[in-house]
Amino acid sequence: MGFVYALVAAGLSLIFGLMELVNFAHGEFLMIAMYVAFFGWSLGGIDPVLGAPLGAVALAALGWATYHGVIRHILSGPMLAQIFATFGLAVFLRNMAHFVWGVDFRTVQDPWLSGRVSLGGVFVGLPQISASVAAFGAFLALYLFLSRTETGLALTATAQDRQAASLMGIDTERMFALGWAIGGACVGVAGALVAMFFYIYPDVGGTFALLAYVTVALGGFGNVPGTLAAGVVVGLVEALAGLLIPPAFKYSVVFLLYLAVVLWRPQGLFGRF
Amino acid sequence: MKRALAAIVVLAVLAFPLVFARPFPRHVMIMIFLYGALATAWNVLAGYCGQISLGHAVYFGIGAYTSTLLIREAALTPWLGMPAGAALAVLVSQVIGYPVFRLRGHYFAIATIGVGEIVQTLFINWDWAGGARGLFVPIKRPDSLLNLQFHESKAVYYYIALGLLALALGVTHWLERSRRGYVFRAIREDQDAAASVGVHVAREKHVAIAVSAALTALGGTFWAQYVLFIDPESVFPLSLSILISLVAVLGGVGSLWGPVLGAAILVPLSEGTRVLLGGTGKALDLVIYGALIMLIAVFQPSGVIGLARRFRRDRRQATGAAQASSA
Repeated sequence: MGFVYALVAAGLSLIFGLMELVNFAHGEFLMIAMYVAFFGWSLGGIDPVLGAPLGAVALAALGWATYHGVIRHILSGPMLAQIFATFGLAVFLRNMAHFVWGVDFRTVQDPWLSGRVSLGGVFVGLPQISASVAAFGAFLALYLFLSRTETGLALTATAQDRQAASLMGIDTERMFALGWAIGGACVGVAGALVAMFFYIYPDVGGTFALLAYVTVALGGFGNVPGTLAAGVVVGLVEALAGLLIPPAFKYSVVFLLYLAVVLWRPQGLFGRF
Repeated sequence: MKRALAAIVVLAVLAFPLVFARPFPRHVMIMIFLYGALATAWNVLAGYCGQISLGHAVYFGIGAYTSTLLIREAALTPWLGMPAGAALAVLVSQVIGYPVFRLRGHYFAIATIGVGEIVQTLFINWDWAGGARGLFVPIKRPDSLLNLQFHESKAVYYYIALGLLALALGVTHWLERSRRGYVFRAIREDQDAAASVGVHVAREKHVAIAVSAALTALGGTFWAQYVLFIDPESVFPLSLSILISLVAVLGGVGSLWGPVLGAAILVPLSEGTRVLLGGTGKALDLVIYGALIMLIAVFQPSGVIGLARRFRRDRRQATGAAQASSA
């Protein structure tokens, strides 16, 4: 699960690093990605594994549209406006999902990858394993894109210093839109992967989004490799806490961990501030 | 002129239950007062001091649970449970404030969400306090002010909610003019600059959250006595924390009347759509909410009250120009 959390959080982290803005609708993006994967499966007969690119494209479009429709107007506004614009978007998307798709739980039946495998005596569901492998792959692709391609470097430069980047001839406006599209694509892939083994319903984004915020804050906002490490930490802590204490408390432990870390390092484990 | 208008509004609000005897209009007004009071309490911390908390349901829930448990265990009147809940909320807010006030901006907001989730989980699993099943407030008949229960008419609830709102507004009004209010606003604008001129930033933030938490807890006790049933899902959820802040943001953050205005807009909208579309499971009212909040944040970050102010300023300028040209 850690890699999936990391992938969900990566989009969030990227957007924050780029423009110092938290997308509180991130969980809802994930929810929509899961619905995209679900309808790809139920209407088009596309297995969620193959639906991942579909989710990526759909969510990239959503991210791009969000940037141009909402975010562009509030970039220079007060932080309160930024928080509540994305919160408004979250409330809007979530309840649109209620309105359009209803509150029923849906699941993808019989995905290609099912059953479980034994890893050194520990049984793990095959969908979970393949999801984490795929998430890791997507994460690696994101990292290589950011550090090896010219566009990726331009994006990183914009994240580091908006003005200097625009002086170097980088179209920061385009980079922002691109950042939102990539952030959307990350969560689109993650949504399709999660859809293989998780119930799909309008409020599903909540839990994942909370964990994603913790992951991002833990890894240091805007630090993509840090996000991966923090995602793994969150995934491990969640699993271990579920073993050692009543499972109902496992998310509390994750939040406590976050509070403990920020007490000691307010910028997160790997943050640069 | 302005004073006369204010007097008319006050009289109209006081006379409302005499004119409208049916429960529904009274219920809508009570909800406006309650959410107005909660948003005003939130505004003390977020609007004036600039600390955007998304965990205020914690204090609301503490207010509701403290008074209800005191009734169950000690048969104590809610009138004493109310200040007890507020005191406990202040205590908890100081403990929470210690770690979270080290954080700024988005980090702070996320940490308060995390605290809210922890507290909700604790109450869901705390069997002595009712656990996930919640608590019923023991029903006592006949109606009495001492027990703060009224089954026959909502009129008394109406005046109590109004009193809560008046209290919250009074505190805010006093704050706005006091030295402390200026200190809060200095922290909101620039915490480092405030510290450099000798403001004890951490202490002031703790004062702000204490005031805010106490007022929120009073609302929690009132809610418990009004609906007579509480559970972690209804008094501790993140959605309540967000709703409280949305009300304030919609109306106008950092202003005295903004949160009340926000409640006066959102509550009838939500109650109205609930009645019209209720039971269909379609959350259309929340769709409208979301769209409204987005529009406000994008086009008018200072809320509806900012819109009103701008309108008034434009008109004044227009009349000023007209006078100048006629002279």
